[in-house]
Amino acid sequence: MQDLGIEVLFKGNNFIRLLAGLWVSVRLALIAMVFSILLGFLLGMIMTSKNRIVRLICRIYLEIVRIMPQLVLLFLVYFGAAKHLGINISGEIAGVIVFTFWGTAEMGDLVRSALIAVPKHQYESAYSLGLNKTQVYLQIILPQTIRRLLPSAVNLLTRMIKTTSLVVLIGVVEVVKVGKQIIDASRYQNPNAALSIYGVIFLLYFAVCFPISKLSAALEKKLQS
Amino acid sequence: MAETILEVSKLTKSFDGGSAVLNEINFSIKKGEVVVVVGSSGCGKSTFLRCLNFLEQIDSGEILLDGKKIDISAKALPKYREKIGMVFQSYELFPHKTVLENVMLAPLLVQKRNKAEVKAEAEKLLARVGVAEKKDMYPRQLSGGQKQRVAIVRSLIMHPEVLLLDEITAALDPEMVREVLQVVLELAKEGMTMLIVTHEMDFAKAVADRVIFLDQGEIIEEEPPEIFFGEPKTERAKRFLNTFHYEALEDK
Repeated sequence: MQDLGIEVLFKGNNFIRLLAGLWVSVRLALIAMVFSILLGFLLGMIMTSKNRIVRLICRIYLEIVRIMPQLVLLFLVYFGAAKHLGINISGEIAGVIVFTFWGTAEMGDLVRSALIAVPKHQYESAYSLGLNKTQVYLQIILPQTIRRLLPSAVNLLTRMIKTTSLVVLIGVVEVVKVGKQIIDASRYQNPNAALSIYGVIFLLYFAVCFPISKLSAALEKKLQS
Repeated sequence: MAETILEVSKLTKSFDGGSAVLNEINFSIKKGEVVVVVGSSGCGKSTFLRCLNFLEQIDSGEILLDGKKIDISAKALPKYREKIGMVFQSYELFPHKTVLENVMLAPLLVQKRNKAEVKAEAEKLLARVGVAEKKDMYPRQLSGGQKQRVAIVRSLIMHPEVLLLDEITAALDPEMVREVLQVVLELAKEGMTMLIVTHEMDFAKAVADRVIFLDQGEIIEEEPPEIFFGEPKTERAKRFLNTFHYEALEDK
């Protein structure tokens, strides 16, 4: 039987290193996601503004983020900041900035569509009961918005976890990079390690993202009833 | 003579600078009075009701509650709306709250009343309109008629001085219309002050102390129901009432 190189995984602390690398990816995604959710809610509310200029600015921001590949944004922030602003930020911080920039736009658009999906009369019936604006948002609109948002927000989180692998290109040692190091280090003893190592990375990503999407489905169900 | 609760003078409203939807409306309602507003669709009757609650911004004119001009600043408006109940065509119960939570929300949050007292009153009112056993259900589990009765209770528990009913049976199946209108009739009997927009002419006849006929943003007729439905003064009112009689249409 052909050697699949799977034993490389158990040499030294290779597997622990892979897990640590995975944690770097997930941590980056989680931090960016927390910022994205907070800023995204703000952006979403701003995007429902009646002011056309405000809406236009938000629209332009959203389009820029959508058109620009995240990789270009990463290079722009990481190398651009060093070259032109003279700021030497770490790859991870550049990653957080870029993924927050991206996530905020995506999240903002999700929040916006969830907000406008709440019928106008929901606001009106709440107002006519004497609730003030803050109470209407906190008690009536946001709970309904979150319900609508949950599936797509979790989807965004899994997308973000996957996309963070790009930071490997600005020198952050995350799971894919660790995998590459392991493969390179064992090139002579185990020339076939690539398949099994990348296979394991695939399974690791699956192990992280699958429970998250299951969790979202369960939460959605619970909130419905 | 009973005191005037709500008074409107020269209320004018237009949408986006177009022609006036409401043109210098003068109107008042006394304590315990039931006024029904009728008119063909697009005549401005719903807009009129919405203006009274400032859900629509008015262009000019004044609205007075108990003789006092309404302060429409963001801070003062909720205080005023608290005293004006409103029920909508599409019920608009809050879908993420149970029936009881829907009813108890505003008294607790806005009026800061005692929870036990509010709960007791909510249950009493729900029982009165025949939906006591639904109190822990969510709005989507209720029929349209039940939802609308809950929506009425949700307004009533605030002890409003005036209740505005905006075509509250227009979205209901015919057999459910009656159960909702029955509740309104009982309220009228108890002396609730109400301003009602409806297309149910028989109901209007039964419940109204006074009928207002609105056409093209103006009050064309204003009189007791016997007169309005019996011998309307204007041609426009006659034509409007005729649309409810099919034989009359065929005669033409």
